[in-house]
Amino acid sequence: MNVFEEAADGEQIAGPPSLTDYLLDRSFRWVAMVCAWLIILVVGLLLWKIGVKAVPAIQEYGLGFLTGTTWDVNKRVFGILPEIWGTLYSSVLALAIGGFFGVSMAIFLTQDFLPPRIALVFRTIVELLAAIPSVVYGFWGIFVVVPAIRPVADWLNAEFGWVPFFGTTLSGPGMMPAALVLAIMILPTIAAISQDALRQVPYRIKEAAYGLGATRWEAILKVMLPTASTGIFGALVLGFGRAIGETMALAMLIGNSNQLSLSLFSPGNTLAALLALNFPEAGEHEVPILMYAALVLLLITLTVNMAGTAIMSLTSKQLKAGR
Amino acid sequence: MSAQETLITKDETPDLQRSFVEPRAVFNAVLSGAAWVAAIIASIPLISVLYGLIVRGGHRLSLEVFTELPPAGFEEGGGFGNAIVGTLVTVGIGALISIPFGILAAIFLAELEPDGKVANIARFCAKTLTGLPSILAGVFAYAVVVLATGTYSAPAAGVALALLMLPTVVLTAEESMRMVPSNMKNAAYGLGCTRSQVIWKIVLPTALPGVLTGVMLSIARAAGETAPLLFTALFSNYWFVEGGRADLMTPIASLSVLIYNFSGMPYDNQIELAWTASLVLVLLVLLFNILARVLGRKKV
Repeated sequence: MNVFEEAADGEQIAGPPSLTDYLLDRSFRWVAMVCAWLIILVVGLLLWKIGVKAVPAIQEYGLGFLTGTTWDVNKRVFGILPEIWGTLYSSVLALAIGGFFGVSMAIFLTQDFLPPRIALVFRTIVELLAAIPSVVYGFWGIFVVVPAIRPVADWLNAEFGWVPFFGTTLSGPGMMPAALVLAIMILPTIAAISQDALRQVPYRIKEAAYGLGATRWEAILKVMLPTASTGIFGALVLGFGRAIGETMALAMLIGNSNQLSLSLFSPGNTLAALLALNFPEAGEHEVPILMYAALVLLLITLTVNMAGTAIMSLTSKQLKAGR
Repeated sequence: MSAQETLITKDETPDLQRSFVEPRAVFNAVLSGAAWVAAIIASIPLISVLYGLIVRGGHRLSLEVFTELPPAGFEEGGGFGNAIVGTLVTVGIGALISIPFGILAAIFLAELEPDGKVANIARFCAKTLTGLPSILAGVFAYAVVVLATGTYSAPAAGVALALLMLPTVVLTAEESMRMVPSNMKNAAYGLGCTRSQVIWKIVLPTALPGVLTGVMLSIARAAGETAPLLFTALFSNYWFVEGGRADLMTPIASLSVLIYNFSGMPYDNQIELAWTASLVLVLLVLLFNILARVLGRKKV
């Protein structure tokens, strides 16, 4: 006799959840909710912990910390303007280089330039670039990039030394190798998000452009890029955010010298590198100061990333509305 | 324009042949060439990195490097066995914290209250954490664990790594749970399942490949991280397990910090070992990336 026949005979096989089922269900849902709350709490704790530890330094140094240019542990004078400058300068340089190549790569991969197999090769290359750890890039930078660009840098300095950008020779680590490696590291981020943005553009828009007699690049430059521009802009902002927070490659390549310079070949420093280098040996008095610097870095990256995320969500809304 | 004018002024069919010498065709060809050049230039770094790793790191690869301790500057030989163990231990602790916690949070975000206020804020926080500079995760673990326990340790490093792994785990798990067809869930509800039963028996098994993809990606990322380990795990020149005893609350070695430390050394032996360690680290990271890819293929 199968269950249906049993049921037909009047014996109930279905029933409401037992008390155990009910309790298990409730407690499981409760645990899951606590975990979701914990994410919020962790972010709150992150801000709170770094903020509180920074308070003594904020009281002692105030906003002058942001504009001071010396960092001297013995004299207890601390300022992070060179680090803020170095962070922004290296990130802007990296964004200019990585953004150009990243967006070109995204166009190259999405606009039917390649047969699928070769496209797969390039797509894998971009993904592998993203997979290599930052310390390996830094190491590679020291032993491959710096020796490779030093002759070029010294030639530029000798011939065009009067241009502020080429004002110094490249003694070893410096802004240019750091920015180049940083550009390589943000390229995959920019390429991936830009590809998504370009793919979201409805195919018929491009077909319409072709139908009107546009060449491939006319369609790309006048139809595809403007339509995907918000998404590509978001990609650039998120790439910029990543560049600002990147630590190891810069700590290894930028030279960790506390100076303000326009020269592409002089050493500099960034906020993240400052933290990486000073935290392991920080004394009682230095920890709050480093926490202050960490707070500044946190606020800069949070602002940039939130802007990027907001732009991205704007794009998807726009495209949904456009369909 | 010219085509249109001819159409209007002369009573002939316009020239519809594609011209290869008119400016816009040349412009098109030049840009296509430039795109190829840009793509090839963008590929050079990867080839150079891989070449360096294989040529300069590969020749030292032997059993010795996996079983011996890091050499001091003037010593010959040596390896980084303790650093491999250390990387596995710290990443393991990070995974133990972030995976259960992340998946449960994802269940709440995807299934229990996807549009609630808590879910929206939590999702926003997770997205914000995606962009958190890894060094700040280290600063956080330093403030929360190192200062509280008074020592550099593997759990401190694990907390820092967990913070970096969490957003990847949560967001990919949520995404893949949302892909589970609602028909399947409705059928289960129709049979009288409680919501937890539906989640355990329908949603999680169906979404498992996607969830595991996120887990593998987060492990791959954590294995390569250096910045959060610098002042949470520090480094150690000795084995983690010494004489059958393991003391969790001591500094611990890791591959990435070893590479960083050796990169600034003047001794050729250490530089060579750093190349080999880079090769091993990249292989480890790639292994998890490939696992993620393979698992991801089975997605619903």
